[in-house]
Amino acid sequence: MIRHAKLIAAKDLRIEVSSKVLTAQILPFGVLVLVLFGFGIPPDRRVLGTDTDVSRSLLEQAAPGLFWLAVLFSALLAINRSFAIESADGNLDALRLAGFDPGGVFLGKSLAVAAELIVLELVVGLGAFLLYGPPLNDVVLLVATVTLTTGALAFAGILYGALGAGSRLRDTLVPLLVLPVLAPVLLAATRATESALFGPSSDGWAWVGFLGAFSLLYLGAGILSFGSLLEES
Amino acid sequence: MGWEYVIPGYLIVFGSLATYTITLLRRGRQLAAQLPPEKRRFLD
Amino acid sequence: MTTEMSPESVSGPSSTDQSGPESFSTTASKVTTVLGWLSLASIAALLAFGLLISPPEISQGESVRLFYIHVPSAIVCLYIAFSITFVGSVIYLRKQSVFWDLVAGASAEVGVVFLGFTLATGMLWGKPTWGTYWTWDPRLTSTAVSFVLYLGYLAVRRLDMDPVARSKRAAILGIISFANLIIIRYSVAWWRSLHQGTTLDPRDTQLDDSMLVSFFLGLVALSLTFAWLVIHRFRVAWLEHQLEAQQLEVAIAERTASAGPTGLAAGGA
Repeated sequence: MIRHAKLIAAKDLRIEVSSKVLTAQILPFGVLVLVLFGFGIPPDRRVLGTDTDVSRSLLEQAAPGLFWLAVLFSALLAINRSFAIESADGNLDALRLAGFDPGGVFLGKSLAVAAELIVLELVVGLGAFLLYGPPLNDVVLLVATVTLTTGALAFAGILYGALGAGSRLRDTLVPLLVLPVLAPVLLAATRATESALFGPSSDGWAWVGFLGAFSLLYLGAGILSFGSLLEES
Repeated sequence: MGWEYVIPGYLIVFGSLATYTITLLRRGRQLAAQLPPEKRRFLD
Repeated sequence: MTTEMSPESVSGPSSTDQSGPESFSTTASKVTTVLGWLSLASIAALLAFGLLISPPEISQGESVRLFYIHVPSAIVCLYIAFSITFVGSVIYLRKQSVFWDLVAGASAEVGVVFLGFTLATGMLWGKPTWGTYWTWDPRLTSTAVSFVLYLGYLAVRRLDMDPVARSKRAAILGIISFANLIIIRYSVAWWRSLHQGTTLDPRDTQLDDSMLVSFFLGLVALSLTFAWLVIHRFRVAWLEHQLEAQQLEVAIAERTASAGPTGLAAGGA
């Protein structure tokens, strides 16, 4: 399974590198969303921080949530892309017939999307720091949050992406399916990131635990169910 | 105080229930008419 | 693709000599007719008690009457409807029985309708009580997310693809949606508990006898109505399934007939 996963992940990443959809389209989209949030939320409005007496700009206070929203929307594009490259010639059927382990296909596609998401999070995160200017309180907590959220987004995203695979309605169906599922992830990631940026760290680690449990749950669900999902897709 | 919220609430709920019920019964009749009796098997 | 039917729904030669409700071209039967009248009677009783006989509550006033629908419909959809969908999905995956697939779908659809009622009455209750239609109350928020969650499930059931593959996907989704329902509920509750004190809790409401009767009637009326709707929704789905199968049979028969003796491969394809 691990060997198949590596093959699939390498294949997806090679396609990504040669087509440049991630760097040329998804990354600019993520950064654009950050800029657009600045139009929606008055940049000069200042609010009292939720946990301190420090007054912050509204954008700075909302930075964790806005960052994850930008990542979430961009992740939808990456998930759709991950299945768009398969659907063209009935690739998923071909992989199944070629004897690929369904769990391996799930893991491989998830890892490829996770790798893309890490790149995305680095770029969008840098953008968020530059544009919204929040402080950074706890780097370890931030790294843990980003890592586990990436896993949660990739595993749940690929599982739900497969539910719409092979249908003409995939593009519109997958966001409807996956956004309510990822709502708790967005919630947890935002709270943990708030702790990592503004402190105190202790609140954040509990949410990180939630993110870890969510990732594991979807990792297991994906490996178990991908076989049935790929059949006759 | 509160009737202006109670009445719309009851109207929405029972209005929707009535609409849904009628749609369901109509659709059932329409479908049943297209099938021979031996295929109209339901559980009782 | 052959599918195994569950014992309740097997249609065999013996079914033709059964007379009775099935000879009408409706989805009603003796059981559902009785159930239907019971539902209507309990709804009438609910309206009488909920709107006329029971008094307004001391602090909430008349708006407490929304509770007699709000809480029962929440109980019916969150605890009954989606559990049936979950159980039906599990059985479908194990036995591939069309019966349970359709039951899961019917229950989810009626559940979503009731979830809509829960949201609508909850918001209407919030306006006079909290002064706004929407607060980020954990229950209200998680209910709204769950509503979209099951709309997604219903959307998968309508996908334009092979019915068996679609049923399989729907069953997997029916199972993980139930897990999501719980995850959403607890994560939202946790989120709010960290950042906001307790709001006015509906469960603190003081109820006198006629209010309790109204509440109980709401529970009975909505449960009976739910059962009636699910049975009818199932039967409509069953008829759709039969019609699809029949059309397929006709199409195959036509192809084999036109292809002649050499058409075995074409007819079977």
